[in-house]
Amino acid sequence: MSHIKIELKKEDVDFIKGVCTTFNNDPQELINVLHSCQEHFGYLPAEVQEVVSDGLNMPVAKIYGVVTFYSFFTMTPKGKHPISICLGTACYVRGAEKVLDEFKKELGIQVGQSTKDNKFSLSSLRCVGACGLAPVVLVGDKTYGRVAPDDVKNILKEYE
Amino acid sequence: MMCNEVQTVGAISAVNRGFMATVAPAFEQNLEHSTCTYCGQCVSVCPTGALTEVNHVPQVLRALVDPTKTVVVQTAPAVRAALGEEFGLAPGTLVTGKMTAALRALGFDYVFDTDFAADLTIMEEGTELLDRLGKHLKGDTSAKIPILTSCCPGWVNFFEEYFPDLKDVPSTAKSPQQMFGAIAKTYFADKIGINRKDMVVVSIMPCLAKKYECQRDEFSVDGNPDVDFSISTRELASFIKQANIDIKTLHDEDFDSPLGESTGAGVIFGATGGVIEAACRTAYELYTGKKLERLDFTELRGMEGVRSATIDFDGLPLKIGIAHGLGNARKLLDDVRAGKSQFHAIEVMACPGGCIGGGGQPLHHGNSEIIKSRAAALYTEDRKKPLRKSHENPFIIKLYDEFLGKPGSEKAHHLLHTHYFDKKKKVIIKK
Repeated sequence: MSHIKIELKKEDVDFIKGVCTTFNNDPQELINVLHSCQEHFGYLPAEVQEVVSDGLNMPVAKIYGVVTFYSFFTMTPKGKHPISICLGTACYVRGAEKVLDEFKKELGIQVGQSTKDNKFSLSSLRCVGACGLAPVVLVGDKTYGRVAPDDVKNILKEYE
Repeated sequence: MMCNEVQTVGAISAVNRGFMATVAPAFEQNLEHSTCTYCGQCVSVCPTGALTEVNHVPQVLRALVDPTKTVVVQTAPAVRAALGEEFGLAPGTLVTGKMTAALRALGFDYVFDTDFAADLTIMEEGTELLDRLGKHLKGDTSAKIPILTSCCPGWVNFFEEYFPDLKDVPSTAKSPQQMFGAIAKTYFADKIGINRKDMVVVSIMPCLAKKYECQRDEFSVDGNPDVDFSISTRELASFIKQANIDIKTLHDEDFDSPLGESTGAGVIFGATGGVIEAACRTAYELYTGKKLERLDFTELRGMEGVRSATIDFDGLPLKIGIAHGLGNARKLLDDVRAGKSQFHAIEVMACPGGCIGGGGQPLHHGNSEIIKSRAAALYTEDRKKPLRKSHENPFIIKLYDEFLGKPGSEKAHHLLHTHYFDKKKKVIIKK
C-alpha cells in the first residue's frame, strides 16, 4: 500500500468529480473511472480513491479492494521512465527473468517500486504482442527487443 | 456481504489478490479510521471465524481479584435469552436466574440488571417524546419530529458518520448501559459509601459497539469511565467455562437490589420494536392520564426489516416507524432528511432482530429461527413480570424521589443525557 500522502488541489478534485459525472456517477463504471483517473494522475493514491468514493457513492473499502485486485492499477507513482518487462510465455522462455533480475540489480528496486529520485519505476507485464522480439522491454513508449542481461546497462544509460 | 449490503456501511472489503487476499478496511488502516460502526455483524457472520472482538475478560478478572475494588455488573436484556445456547441449551431458553447465580459465583460484588436502566431510559426518552410531541402539535417547528431512539450504539455511530446533519433529531437520552453506569457511580456509590474510583462497572452485552460506547470521552468523569468494561455474551460464556462453572446445575438466583429491579418493559428492549413498545406503554399513560388496558402492542412486533404502525393515544394517532439493520435504518433516515417522514417516533436497532441478533451474541449462523426464539423468550419474561410499565417500577420512582427529581430535570439531564458529534470522515481539499 501507498504511504505517500498527497494533498489534492481543488482542480484535481473537480477533475475526478468530472470523470464520475461523465460516467453518470454509476458505481458499475468504477473500473472505467479508475482507469481515467490513473491516466491523469499516473497512479491512484488513497486521496483520489476517497474522492471517487464520494462521486460514485460507494464505500472506499470496496474501491481499494478493486485497486488492489487488478494489477493494472497502482497506488505508487510511476517513475519518469516507467520500465516494463514482458514475462509472457515467449519472453519468459527466452530469458526475460534474467533481464528482470538485472534491472532489479542495476536500479536496486523491486517490481512495483520506483527509484529514490523517481526517475525509473519497474513493473512486469504479460505479453505485448511482439513475441517475435522476445524478450521485450518497454521504457515509456519505446520498445526494446531481443534484450539480453548485458544490454540492461546500455538501455539505462540512454536515459541519463 | 453483511457490511456492504445489509448494513450499507462498507467499512470492510476483500482486498489484494490470490494468497495475499484478506478482508480489511480501506487502505488496510485500523477500523477506527474507517466508516465502521462497530455493530459486530461481520463477526457474527464470518464464515471462517477469523474476525473476533477484543477480549476484555482479563481486565474484568483483574478487577475481580483486586480487593480494593467493588465490582458491579449489569446484564443486558438480550443476554439472558441467548447465553444458554453456549451451554447446549435450546435457543430461546431463558437463563436469567442461572446467569445471576453464575455471575455471583464468579465473584461480582453486586449483580444488577441493565433492564433497570432500560426503565430509566423510558422515563427520560418517553418524557422527551411527549415534550417534543406537545410542542409539535402546537405548531412549534423547532421541536424535531420524528424523535429517534438512541439506545443502540451502532446506530449512534452510524448517524454520526452518515447523517451528521440530523444529529439533533435523535433523543438525547443515553443508552441504558451508560445510564446504568452514571447512576451506579453516583447514586449507588454514595449509598454504599465508596468513591467512584473504587468501583468498577462491568456490563454484559449482546453487542460489540458497547465496547466503543463505554470508552467515549463524554461518558467519563475526570478520566474515570461510567462503565469500565463491556464484555459480550460470548465472552461471558467463555469466562464461565474457564471458571469451571456448569451453568445448568446452578439454582436460579435473583438480581441484587436496587439496580436489579425491572419491569417487563425493560426486558423487551432486547428485541426489535421493544424499546418503542416500552415507550408507548409509559407515554400512553402519561399523555392520556388513563390506564392502559392492552399492554401487548403486537403491531410493533415482528421481524420485517422496516415496520410501521399507528397507535391510538386516546384520539391522537401516533405514527411509529421501526427499522432493524442499518440498511433499513438508512431508508427511514433518507426520508427524514428529505422532510418526507410521516412518523412521530422511530426506533432503530443496528442489528437484524435487534439486540438478540447482536454482534456479541452466540453465533446463530444466519438461522433466523434462533433469533425468533430469543425474541419469544423475552416476550415470555415480559408477560411473567408483575410490573410491565417502566413508570411503575418502585425503584425508579424511588430514584427520582431521592436523587433525580423528575424526568428531564437538570440533574437527570446532566447524568442521563448526551449529545452527538459530526464524525463524517472528510477528504481535506487544499486550495
